[in-house]
Amino acid sequence: MSVVTLTINDKLVSAPASATLLDAIKEQGIDVPTLCHLKGLSERGGCRLCVVEMEGSPKLFASCVTPVAEGMVVRTHTDRLIKYRQMMIELLLAERNHICAVCVQNGNCELQSLAAKLGVTSVRYDYLCPDLPMDASHERYVMDHNRCVLCARCNRVCDEVEGAHTLDMAGRGIHSKVIAGMNQAWGTSRSCTSCGKCVQVCPTGALFKKGSSAAEMVKQHDFLLWILDGREKKIWRWS
Amino acid sequence: MATSTNSKPRLATVWLGGCAGCHMSLLDLDERIVDVLSLMDLVFSPVADIKKFPEGVDVTLVEGSVCNEENLHLARELRQKSKLVVAFGDCAVTGNVPGMRNRLKVNDIVTSVYTDPFYREGPGPVPQAEGGEIPVLLPKVVPLHQVISVDIYLPGCPPSPERIWAAVNAILKGGPVELPEEMRSFG
Repeated sequence: MSVVTLTINDKLVSAPASATLLDAIKEQGIDVPTLCHLKGLSERGGCRLCVVEMEGSPKLFASCVTPVAEGMVVRTHTDRLIKYRQMMIELLLAERNHICAVCVQNGNCELQSLAAKLGVTSVRYDYLCPDLPMDASHERYVMDHNRCVLCARCNRVCDEVEGAHTLDMAGRGIHSKVIAGMNQAWGTSRSCTSCGKCVQVCPTGALFKKGSSAAEMVKQHDFLLWILDGREKKIWRWS
Repeated sequence: MATSTNSKPRLATVWLGGCAGCHMSLLDLDERIVDVLSLMDLVFSPVADIKKFPEGVDVTLVEGSVCNEENLHLARELRQKSKLVVAFGDCAVTGNVPGMRNRLKVNDIVTSVYTDPFYREGPGPVPQAEGGEIPVLLPKVVPLHQVISVDIYLPGCPPSPERIWAAVNAILKGGPVELPEEMRSFG
């Protein structure tokens, strides 16, 4: 395994050449916020929270989709990055209807905790308050587009781990929307196995178990590594 | 930090478009309320029955979002007369539950509540807002900072008494209000 040497926040570090920049940063114990990233799924580079500054480039790089390279010099927590990350959270909060107080995932939501962690005190942008539907046609689960941040974790887990590819994304930009099957009511999709992986990986209250009330939805991601380690490394952690 | 001749800072609390839950949480300070009142003069509040917002207020806690003309008027008035304005609770900070009507047209809301045949036992004809009977609803419910400048954000639905206590203490000490991470989440 070849190794590269790079500089992260003025510290010289080494990382496997196959690593992403995010891996290398996390390996150093540096806490870079992420939202669309989830260990076990392919990287998407969608939320941009993990952006870093790279010496020699005016551009910012989403570290989750940037491979490490020899001699890279990156910074993870400059004033500019901290400000931009706050703006990203505010834009996410403004784009759809994130009413934490009445959300099934209140208190367990990754968007909510990121906002608190990154010091978002209020949203400087106008709330768009879009008129979005909920799909409660599935017998077990509900899809609430009001809470969706378009991270596509649900799309990826459905395709890459369950192998059903029931969920996908329709539209572009602000009109993007998670869809089931051929953009049909989720409950009528014949490819959905009702496995619930999409629900468990969803960072917000956009996907939840039917019957959950405010603040009742708690999600667990650990099944993902359990399945993947078993499937790929033949390591089954039964206990 | 007092601006009055009296040495105690003057505290006001205001109730705009909200459910009063933030004020309930304020009262949930329990015996600490006595401490607050020994350190500050309460000069305006829904729990104090004072009709006119007074001059020279040091700190104003504002519960609720800005939903109608009356909320807007009071928000502007309190801003002029207050040294520090605190967006008190999620409605003031984000628009929260009152803002859930923003996807609908105001006229549709009013007519469906008063005259939709579905609500046969409803209150009847729409009252005339223009004549001063009821305040005119704004087209969109907005958080406080979109109509006046806000100095301090105290989120929560409602903010727990501990959050309120932490914020009030920091204000009384004259320092910046920097709540720890677990005390600054929405919801």
